[in-house]
Amino acid sequence: MKHTLAILVENKSGVLTRVAGLFSRRGFNIESLAVGVTDNPEISRMTIVVSGDDHVLEQVIKQLNKLIDVIRVSDLEPGETIERELALFKVKVDKGNRSEVMQIVDVFRAQIVDVGVKSLIVGVTGTNDKIDAIEKLLRGFGIVEVVRTGTVAMNRGAKTVKPGK
Amino acid sequence: MGKKTRMTGARALIESLYAEKVDVMFGYPGGVLLPIYDELYDADIDHILVRHEQAAAHAADGYARATGKVGVCLATSGPGATNLVTGIANAYMDSVPMVAITGQVPRPLIGNDAFQEANITGITLPITKHNYLVTDVNDLPWIIKEAFHIASTGRQGPVLVDIPKDVTTDEIDFEYPEKVDLRGYKPVKTGHKMQIKRGAEAIIKARRPVIYIGGGIISSNASKELLELAETINAPVTTTLMAKGAFPDTHPLCVGMPGMHGTKYANFAIQESDLLIAIGVRFDDRVTGKVDSFAPNARIIHIDIDPAEISKNVRVDIPIVGNARSILKMLVEFISELNKSKSTTTQWMKKVEKWKQLYPLKYLMDKSLKPQYIVEQINELYPDSIIVTEVGQNQMWAAQYFKYTQPRTFISSGGLGTMGFGFPAAMGAKKGRPDKVVFDIAGDGSFQMNSQELATVVKNDIPVIVAILNNGFLGMVRQWQDLFFDKRYSFTSIDDSVDFVKLAEAYGAFGLRVTKPEEVGPALKEAVDSLRPTVIDFVVEREENVSPMVPAGAAINEILDLEA
Repeated sequence: MKHTLAILVENKSGVLTRVAGLFSRRGFNIESLAVGVTDNPEISRMTIVVSGDDHVLEQVIKQLNKLIDVIRVSDLEPGETIERELALFKVKVDKGNRSEVMQIVDVFRAQIVDVGVKSLIVGVTGTNDKIDAIEKLLRGFGIVEVVRTGTVAMNRGAKTVKPGK
Repeated sequence: MGKKTRMTGARALIESLYAEKVDVMFGYPGGVLLPIYDELYDADIDHILVRHEQAAAHAADGYARATGKVGVCLATSGPGATNLVTGIANAYMDSVPMVAITGQVPRPLIGNDAFQEANITGITLPITKHNYLVTDVNDLPWIIKEAFHIASTGRQGPVLVDIPKDVTTDEIDFEYPEKVDLRGYKPVKTGHKMQIKRGAEAIIKARRPVIYIGGGIISSNASKELLELAETINAPVTTTLMAKGAFPDTHPLCVGMPGMHGTKYANFAIQESDLLIAIGVRFDDRVTGKVDSFAPNARIIHIDIDPAEISKNVRVDIPIVGNARSILKMLVEFISELNKSKSTTTQWMKKVEKWKQLYPLKYLMDKSLKPQYIVEQINELYPDSIIVTEVGQNQMWAAQYFKYTQPRTFISSGGLGTMGFGFPAAMGAKKGRPDKVVFDIAGDGSFQMNSQELATVVKNDIPVIVAILNNGFLGMVRQWQDLFFDKRYSFTSIDDSVDFVKLAEAYGAFGLRVTKPEEVGPALKEAVDSLRPTVIDFVVEREENVSPMVPAGAAINEILDLEA
């Protein structure tokens, strides 16, 4: 079972090591990790996708909360959450199939972000599933290089993940 | 205060330590610590110069456990810092409040593989409650303030502060902060009232309750409240290794230690109980044995300061997170309101009492010198001592055969199981409690891991007594080889390592050798009366086993008698 955690941390050096170290030490699996600063420059927000049963998840959250630099941990509810990932695919193309690739890009509302003679780069944002789907299709043309960010996620509606008092 | 004074980082560190009321610390100087040591030269802090940094950490640990205060140790960069690592890990596993200060190479050299550089904050990440690298002298006061706050509150533990040399020579307008504000650290204090009520109701209904206590009772100074609970509900109390002394071994409700080398009756009581009241414990594998078969008929109340301990190893029915002392107070109040009559557990206590009579701890006394007898003699002659132990057979015998009646009088490396802990920890305990007779009950293996500290105790006149139960073996490992490896004693014989009496004398300590039971008492008296650091070499029966024993992977009621 996958869970998406939103973690507010102090924006200090070494915090990522503390969080990542905790996962490896306790034997928890990180599927993806993304981190960036929030509207408060002193606070960073990590989005970590973790797999494991409820007992594992409970331990992950409790252990994270024990880190002094962790301000808040929130387990985002799947139905109530917007999740996005960004990927870049460098795809081999020739005169014959260039337009076919562009059609796929259109259908997925992806973008051609770079065009070369023998390749082009497709940029796409979306859920993890959507990116998997376009990757599968692009693979038919020959993917030269792939880079994907981790998932970032946010609650739908008015609900927020904030540091509190 | 309130008035800022200009000073160096090194001076600011000393002022910060004063503000934290540090009067004793254990350390070892080095290149990057020169400015700090120059300040320590005439500081109003009793700095004990050890002979190995590991001993500084263990001594700070022993000091903390004996006094309840934060232990402080200091080591230089690189090897000095890495030598602290075992001691820090030891304190982390047993939740001991400690602040470890390390020197670091100057900031411009960090990351350059400079001489005596080690990334000690990286190394100690998984074995500290928190750690800091001070990158600006202006951060030093609040970092020290936070370090002591974090080490001594919530679930206590070690905090490391790494200070680059050039930070100690930079100047600061010093002012010590009055409070800390850590938005990521708000330890729970009082327990949830509804949960405590649920706990009280479960206790009222229980017919076969067992109170299972750990180090949390000692850290939260909850012995008095615990006694009240036990007597109110008339239930047996089993004390883990970490809880020895938190509940008097001499009390009729005490059933001794649970688990691998616990008493049979403690283990039987747990297995038959219908309610386990677990307080300040973490369901360690040495206690639970085969975890699926642990307390199979019991609902479990778990009181602990650390939410992450709840349902970590064993599923808990009624968790209560918070300070054990305040929770116990409320719990007893609720129980009294519900009018619990003691008679509901009368039958149960009769059964427990019967087990106690049927299966006492025992060993075969003959003409040879038995290690258990030595522990009993220490108990008989000096019952108010602080007993510190090494790790292995000596530790188990010290736990089994001495009757502890006061908290902070039994000091042992529980979680990490660190051989070499006892002697330096005894030194720390004696510094903290000079009024007490302090014994290190040792093995000949463990003692040799930090015997260099004989120099420290002699030079600083710290009269601890090392009672070596010398069997010429790494005894606990030999015991397992005896039981499970067909007596193939692979690399566990260490006989004739050294003449311990001469070793003591070489350092200027007092040395004694005992080979017969009748010499034990007189030797102990001679050692205590000498008021000198003393090593007693008790040459004991070589192949004595610790009994009883739950084999690894077995349920705790599958407990074997091993005595001859």
